[in-house]
Amino acid sequence: MKIFAEIGRFILFIKGMFTRPENFKVYWKEFMHQCSDIGIGSLGIVVIISFFIGAVSAVQTAYQLVSPLIPKSSIAQIVRDTVILEFAPTLVCIVLAGVIGSKIASELGNMRVSEQIDALEIMGINTKAYLVLPKIVAAMLVIPMLVVIATGLGILGGRIAGVGSGILSSDEFDKGLMQNFVPYNVFFALAKAYTFSFIISSIPAYFGFYVEGGALEIGRSSTRSVVVSCILILFADYLLSALLL
Amino acid sequence: MIEVKNLKKGFGDKIVINDVSAVLHDGKCNLIIGSSGSGKTVLMKCLIGLFKPDSGEILYNGKPFSTMTNEEKKFIRQEIGMLFQGAALFDSLTVEQNIMFPLDMFTKGSYRTKRKRVDEVLNRVALEKANKKFPAEISGGMKKRVGIARAIVLNPKYLFCDEPNSGLDPQTSLVIDKLIQELTVEYDITTVVNTHDMNSVMEVGDHIIYMDNGLKEWEGNNKEIIFSKNEKLNAFIFASEFLKDAKDMRMLEVAGKIDNDRDMNELMNNPDASPFIENK
Repeated sequence: MKIFAEIGRFILFIKGMFTRPENFKVYWKEFMHQCSDIGIGSLGIVVIISFFIGAVSAVQTAYQLVSPLIPKSSIAQIVRDTVILEFAPTLVCIVLAGVIGSKIASELGNMRVSEQIDALEIMGINTKAYLVLPKIVAAMLVIPMLVVIATGLGILGGRIAGVGSGILSSDEFDKGLMQNFVPYNVFFALAKAYTFSFIISSIPAYFGFYVEGGALEIGRSSTRSVVVSCILILFADYLLSALLL
Repeated sequence: MIEVKNLKKGFGDKIVINDVSAVLHDGKCNLIIGSSGSGKTVLMKCLIGLFKPDSGEILYNGKPFSTMTNEEKKFIRQEIGMLFQGAALFDSLTVEQNIMFPLDMFTKGSYRTKRKRVDEVLNRVALEKANKKFPAEISGGMKKRVGIARAIVLNPKYLFCDEPNSGLDPQTSLVIDKLIQELTVEYDITTVVNTHDMNSVMEVGDHIIYMDNGLKEWEGNNKEIIFSKNEKLNAFIFASEFLKDAKDMRMLEVAGKIDNDRDMNELMNNPDASPFIENK
């Protein structure tokens, strides 16, 4: 029963964000701040992870394709499709759930515990709209961009690793990259990115917003929010794959 | 005027506020006092709308808060300034940005006008040199003063202070008490202070409500409080070392040795002349 109560409270929490802003300029400033915080703040880890994921997938694919009947260019095809379909959106978003999610949950949790949220409410500000909505909108704008960057870097990582370790030539890789490209896969990856970015931003915001207690509870809610976000990302991943592929 | 009528509030089985009725006087420093766990913070949170009462009413200028539309509540809240126990300053903003925040949110003036108002209130709380500092870089007393400055920047009608002296040394506490008292008169605001600091009670208590175990036990002012016949209140106030002399005077009054304000004033100015102390 508790889970239904939590779901109900989460829906009301999301519904509570949609009111007319007290001052659009202040909200816009907060939105831009969040875009920079989420986007620029996570760019470094996204670059490193996606590059190495591409590199590892190229090397491991080559290791498994032992038959001389399979052309080497198919390594590039497999790297491209796995990076687009799974690695870039899912793996990057799971990492971002840890990076961005824990930050959002602890920031809001600290604001709740130190009565900063109460102070905003006393001023007559809709705290859900001012503190949470800009974070969700910023995440939904910036995270798909990060996924696109991760896709490009993943493929680049695969190319550098494949060519650099002598598995295949750059021409073979480029040829494989162009073969049987399905543009729908990019749409699917972006659909996943938008869904995951909503999960990454809203779940930690919910857990942080309703923290009760002190520093210990902030830590607990931050951990819980990351765990729940990761589970929901994997569940949504399966659901979207079953529905859209 | 804020009026509380038969207010009840509980959490689970525990009743925290039990049928409290009171009137908070306009333009005065109203104090809610009581020991820890007496329900004063919950009462204040009900007053400002952070907690919804289980029953009873809170009336702002005769209008029940519970029946107000969201817009009306928003309007009332913009007339409220609040100083929180820990000051509740926004960590990511400087002192100046903290104070400017309500102005940015609710006023349409130019940056220059807002900046002028921020400087005014910073001057008023004697913090003109701290405007570029972050909350983490200033002391507890300064944080409280910034909290007060933020609370008064929109010229509120009501100022609520939750334990303004907690965590402060006696000297800084006096500065904060004095500031609250002066601002109440200067801005003609209705101030509600939640405290268990007896120094504050004697300094600023124009109107005092004593709470014990969720009940309103006594109501009066700082001149009447030491003559109260309420046993619980006496136990609460005379637990303070500061009021030992007052206790002596109270006993003198009970013994019929002093019987008017003039005697009392003389005694307060010259405690050595106390016949009670001589008898000791």
